Amino acid sequence: MDWKVLLEQAPSGGMTYLGWLASGLFWTLAVSACAWVIAFAVGSVVGVARTVPLAAARLAATAYVELFRNIPLLVQMFLWYFVMPEVIPKDWGDWLKQDMPNLLTLPFAAQFSLWEFTAAVLCLGLYTASRVAEQVRSGIQSLPRGQTSAGLAIGLTLPQVYRHVTLPMAYRIIIPPMTSEFLTIFKNSSTALTIGVLELTAQSRQISEYTFKTFEAFTAATLIYIAITMTVIFAMRALEKRVAVPGYIAQGGGH
Amino acid sequence: MIDLRAVSKWFGTFQVLKDCTTRVAKGEVVVVCGPSGSGKSTLIKAVNGLEPFQKGEIFVNGISVGDPRTNLPKLRAHIGMVFQNFELFPHMSITANLTLAQVKVLGRSREEAEAKGLKLLDRVGLLSQKDKFPGQLSGGQQQRVAIARALSMDPIAMLFDEPTSALDPEMINEVLDVMVELAREGMTMMVVTHEMGFARKVAHRVVFMDHGQIVEDCPKDDFFGSPRSERAQAFLSKILHH
Repeated sequence: MDWKVLLEQAPSGGMTYLGWLASGLFWTLAVSACAWVIAFAVGSVVGVARTVPLAAARLAATAYVELFRNIPLLVQMFLWYFVMPEVIPKDWGDWLKQDMPNLLTLPFAAQFSLWEFTAAVLCLGLYTASRVAEQVRSGIQSLPRGQTSAGLAIGLTLPQVYRHVTLPMAYRIIIPPMTSEFLTIFKNSSTALTIGVLELTAQSRQISEYTFKTFEAFTAATLIYIAITMTVIFAMRALEKRVAVPGYIAQGGGH
Repeated sequence: MIDLRAVSKWFGTFQVLKDCTTRVAKGEVVVVCGPSGSGKSTLIKAVNGLEPFQKGEIFVNGISVGDPRTNLPKLRAHIGMVFQNFELFPHMSITANLTLAQVKVLGRSREEAEAKGLKLLDRVGLLSQKDKFPGQLSGGQQQRVAIARALSMDPIAMLFDEPTSALDPEMINEVLDVMVELAREGMTMMVVTHEMGFARKVAHRVVFMDHGQIVEDCPKDDFFGSPRSERAQAFLSKILHH
């Protein structure tokens, strides 16, 4: 084992191989965090839409979930990156492929453009949204139906019932499965390397190619991924504790 | 006050309400009873539009519940409802449960809503529990809070859907006491319950339902004295002998 290799000057970027890893970590976190914002927002809307008494909304939401969760993530990555620019008007497609600013000028420089980053974020975000939507739906449906009735009976409108009664409990209930989704988004962000985003996995592969230190390169990546996921797990546990409802015992559809 | 005219409802092809007609006058207490599955809960939920119905009309204070143009949230805000399973909002403190709708629906200030809510909480004897959460209270206490929550909206009538059926026996009376007091103060009440003692004490009329139909609708004394239908007699003899 030769861990000192990580401190050697890398051939590009004006940094050491450790710097490459740090750069990869930065883009892994950036892709995952942006995708999670999309996944959480879109997933919440779609999940709620699957439970509302409006057939058209339920149908659209169900179609969304089935479309996005039934196509392999990698295929979706290619669809966004390679296919999407071809099916939109040519000018726009060319703009996406050629004129998006290069990310070289940003800190933690790496050789890919904002288009690769955007495609990865959209793909990962909208895919994970379909999974988040299912969690949100199951959370809402696990609540006793009387809760909605009670909210309506006291004069709240249906959106107010969701906002003040159903969703606050549903989100609490789904913290454990949502933790899994959140972890998965960090791990799935490695698929972004296939369209050229130089995130953590891509950088460690690059390091192993340049230095032939395969074990060190991927062990380092593994440890960094574990550090990320452990942080997420502890943060979510802390969140779960913070929002715990005093005296509330998980109930299976009744009291 | 509450006027039901030939209300019918179907779940698919199964008819759960058959031409139900009755009324609750202002200040009147009407107890609705009958065997389970007779449609009494469905009927009371139709009154504030929680259960849609396909035929007939319901008027509350002259406003048609079934009319799609009716502002249901506004109408419901003035009809208190108490549920079998209390349905307090578990993630909110007792105080927050009491003030949420006052602030969001009636537009009261937080201070005003809290003053009102706590006054009613005191009335049901639970002021000391104001900072607790529903899960920390007993069933009977939760139901009393639920009654206070409904009253905090200054309702013109109160609907009770089996308010004591989910309670342990020793907690039933604390809830009934609150209801009796409410009835004696002249609140308009429609109460689905099997508590015949309550009906005897404060009801003006008793409505007996079976298979989605209103079989008897008569003054309390007539009902307990000489119910006309065999079905009601059989029902009474069954529940009164225990």
